[in-house]
Amino acid sequence: MNLPVRSIAAALLVIGLTAAVLDKARAGGDDYFPPVTHKLTTDECGSCHMAFPPAMLPAASWRRMMNELDQHFGDNASVDAETAASITRYLVANAADTGGRTYGRKLIRGVSNGAAPQRITELPKWVHEHDEVSPREWKQKDVGSKANCPACHVDAQLGYFEDD
Amino acid sequence: MNAGFSIGSVAAPHTASTLNDKTHPLRTHEIMTLSHYAIAFLCALGLANTTFAGPRDALLERYAMTAKAAEPAFAGFSANRGEALHRTEHAKGKADTPACTSCHGPNVRAAGRTRSGKPIEPMAISVSPERYLDTAKVEKWFKRNCDEVLGRECTPREKGDWLAYMTSQ
Ligand code: HEC
Ligand code: HEC
Ligand code: HEC
Repeated sequence: MNLPVRSIAAALLVIGLTAAVLDKARAGGDDYFPPVTHKLTTDECGSCHMAFPPAMLPAASWRRMMNELDQHFGDNASVDAETAASITRYLVANAADTGGRTYGRKLIRGVSNGAAPQRITELPKWVHEHDEVSPREWKQKDVGSKANCPACHVDAQLGYFEDD
Repeated sequence: MNAGFSIGSVAAPHTASTLNDKTHPLRTHEIMTLSHYAIAFLCALGLANTTFAGPRDALLERYAMTAKAAEPAFAGFSANRGEALHRTEHAKGKADTPACTSCHGPNVRAAGRTRSGKPIEPMAISVSPERYLDTAKVEKWFKRNCDEVLGRECTPREKGDWLAYMTSQ
């Protein structure tokens, strides 16, 4: 073999990464939520916090949120009407009780039909999953807020929320 | 960005496929795909790096014209005033964000952090040359953030001063 060791190592690294990603995708399960693929949504909904996957809330939640962006958890997150309509369409089509059902159904268990919860972090199932996270972990400087999923779930932006 | 870059720079497609032809035919294909993405990504990166300051200059020009119209004594933007605007604890907007530095941090060449904990790329042009090129984006955030900190919109002079500061850094 006259391949430089570094190239081999690099190739192996790539194989490893590819395999790891595939494994996770195959595992499916409760911990994968397809990340946002709609550019407007990534741009407008991903600068103050991560762009949350649409399959994490029911369609009614997104409709209500998109109607009240000027009072969004104390912030003014408003966008122009055309942008809002496009984002709403995307979120509603991929919500936990519409197109994103396969992934989000379990997370919204216990939410009554038609209810429009505004926080993922207040969904009964989310609260239950995070029962064992200690108060100390929440207060750590790099967490800051429950909504800072990527502080604990390092692959959150890729859609993975397994315990790690 | 760094992760993408390092994968791209090490995954020479030829090396990867030579290594795999005999062993894992299926993975060869995956690696090729990955390499293609990496190449596309590097190209995109290359483009993004050749920043074109045109829109930024045009925006500053526009702020200068409006500032002049509002105050005839206006004699150009000042990075020093911009720095003061950036660092002062105005505390006229929301309680948890008294200053621009509340989110952007004290060091304009380093990353900041939103209240929900998401990192914000540095604001200084020297480290973030791609900033302030999308006028609509700049205007949107000035509106939001001045309101958060000052409880009002920023004037064109304030915006120009602040941009002059970031450009000088
Ligand atoms: C100007 C900043 C800003 C923008 C832009 C923004 N948000 Fe938010 N968002 C916030 C803040 C602040 C919170 C509260 C976070 C916290 O408690 O840490 C929040 C919380 C949320 C939550 C609830 C998180 C939880 O606790 O479960 C959702 C869902 C959400 N935002 C969706 C969106 C969507 C959709 C958009 C785009 C239309 C958007 N956000 C744009 C600032 C923003
Ligand atoms: C302080 C760290 C922390 C933060 C912040 C956090 N999580 Fe978690 N999360 C955990 C831990 C730890 C577990 C595993 C709990 C267990 O297994 O008991 C978990 C579990 C989960 C699960 C279940 C995974 C599975 O395998 O079934 C989901 C889904 C999830 N988190 C989503 C989120 C989302 C969405 C956010 C942001 C809105 C978030 N988490 C923020 C620490 C965190
Ligand atoms: C509450 C948090 C917060 C505060 C306070 C804040 N900003 Fe920002 N700012 C952000 C976020 C989030 C972004 C968008 C993220 C990004 O562009 O990386 C942003 C972006 C900007 C942009 C657009 C950057 C671009 O690339 O076009 C400007 C201009 C700006 N801020 C100015 C200010 C000024 C001036 C102040 C003080 C008066 C201020 N900000 C205070 C959070 C904040």
